[in-house]
Amino acid sequence: MLSEILIDIQGLSFSRGDRPIYRAMNMQVQRGKVTAIMGPSGIGKTTLLKLIGGQLKPDSGKILFEGRDIPRLSRSELYQARKKMSMLFQSGALFTEMTVFDNVAFPLREHTKLPESLIRRIVLMKLEAVGLRGARDLMPAELSGGMARRAALARAIALDPELIMYDEPFAGQDPISMGVIVRLIRELNNALGLTSVVVSHDVTEVMSIADYVYVVADKTVIGEGTPEQLRNDPSPLVQQFLRGEADGPVPFHFKAAAYQDELMELTR
Amino acid sequence: MIADRLQRIGHSTISTVAGFGRAGFMLFGALLGKPDFRKGFPLLVKQLYVIGVLSLLIILVSGLFIGMVLALQGYNVLVKFGAEGMLGPLVSLSLLRELGPVVTALLFAGRAGSALTAEIGLMKATEQLSSMEMMAVDPLRRIIAPRFWAGVICMPLLALIFNAVGILGGHLVGVEWLGVDAGSYWSAMQANVDLYQDVMNGVIKSLVFALVVIWIALHKGYDAVPTSEGISRATTETVVTASLAVLGFDFILTAVMFGG
Ligand SMILES: Nc1ncnc2c1ncn2[C@@H]1O[C@H](COP(=O)(O)OP(=O)(O)O)[C@@H](O)[C@H]1O
Ligand SMILES: [Mg+2]
Repeated sequence: MLSEILIDIQGLSFSRGDRPIYRAMNMQVQRGKVTAIMGPSGIGKTTLLKLIGGQLKPDSGKILFEGRDIPRLSRSELYQARKKMSMLFQSGALFTEMTVFDNVAFPLREHTKLPESLIRRIVLMKLEAVGLRGARDLMPAELSGGMARRAALARAIALDPELIMYDEPFAGQDPISMGVIVRLIRELNNALGLTSVVVSHDVTEVMSIADYVYVVADKTVIGEGTPEQLRNDPSPLVQQFLRGEADGPVPFHFKAAAYQDELMELTR
Repeated sequence: MIADRLQRIGHSTISTVAGFGRAGFMLFGALLGKPDFRKGFPLLVKQLYVIGVLSLLIILVSGLFIGMVLALQGYNVLVKFGAEGMLGPLVSLSLLRELGPVVTALLFAGRAGSALTAEIGLMKATEQLSSMEMMAVDPLRRIIAPRFWAGVICMPLLALIFNAVGILGGHLVGVEWLGVDAGSYWSAMQANVDLYQDVMNGVIKSLVFALVVIWIALHKGYDAVPTSEGISRATTETVVTASLAVLGFDFILTAVMFGG
């Protein structure tokens, strides 16, 4: 029987230079569920995904993926583990010098010895799933932002991963492609039996698709639960974030000397 | 005050050394490990085209003009001593020993090196390198290695082409225009150019320059700050650093090869 928990983060600490990003954070991702990680920009959400993917090493703590500690894996073990996960980058990160078709075929050609005819069939199937079968011969530069993200999504599911991580999938999308992506994430999760991690600061969209939500701020998890539980969360921090208020426990201003003092300094 | 300055010097020394360390690791990461010829060969061919063939025009034109100018200047001096028969060796030795490898490397840094840095910097900024890594494909092997080898293969060949065209340019000006005897142009050249001492040393020089230029270009791109400013700064740094490095190495190599 497979464990119910796919990713288990225990006591994670990480700093960029001498600036701490996370301090003793715990988080769990259930298999087969859509788990969302919300938090203001610059809080370290992308960083967290890179930590899970083993691109960055934490200062301390464990990141267990299927029970194995990612930061402690050898290089080849890490590459094995990465074949089971995939990540949809904020920009899509399609390879600019290849067509959409070749982009989606890339992981298949790199990691399987399938004949070209079979690869073709798989690629068309994945492109069909994201509604881009007709765009297979376009270059990434010819795609709109929403199409590029969907093409990248087709590439991300090419190898049928266990886990897919979405970095800000809704940022900068028009309402229609936003709706398309929201539906795709949910459908792919259910149809392919994937586990999804969605990182975002778009509260409404996240609350509409997530099974479980973590709110991250101030270097750690400040609130968690199903969307329903979160809406009723008594914490003022969580409520401020959900309602998008500028003033509250989380300061809107970057840390600075008191405004008055600085003004006084100028007049002096 | 002084402690402050010392600290700053120490800091920049450490970061420079760390930079070299990263660059070295990057190079070895790219080049060690067993090559996969089935996948690697088409990638190499593509880079040979992009790096080598597309640099051909600038090499041909520059080679021709440098050969012509050498013949013109050389003739004016030699004719005073009635030694215009030595025009062939003058042109060919200048090209084979010095100008061919050096000018090719400088042009290569400007044409191919800057393009490589910008390309790789852009791949980094648009998260293509990260996403490749997340697909369990090593960008060092997939992106860096074929470009490195293509550069190392191309540069000596480009330098040889530069030399050949330059010698033809010298012939054009010296023989066709200024009236030096064609027979003496070629035979004096043949008598004075040594295969090992002149031709091979030139090839060795351009091989060393190739390693230096391509390594700098790739490393600057891979290590670039992933923003538009970062990429433009890295591109400039590639041209400046690679050019200076080529001139420095040229002096050392010349001293070793022809100094004694
Ligand atoms: N390569 C990097 N080097 C140094 N600092 C970085 C780097 N990438 C991100 N950061 C910093 O780390 C913090 C978290 O970044 P990120 O994970 O991208 O935030 P988010 O995705 O939540 O907006 C930011 O303050 C950012 O400035
Ligand atoms: Mg981010």
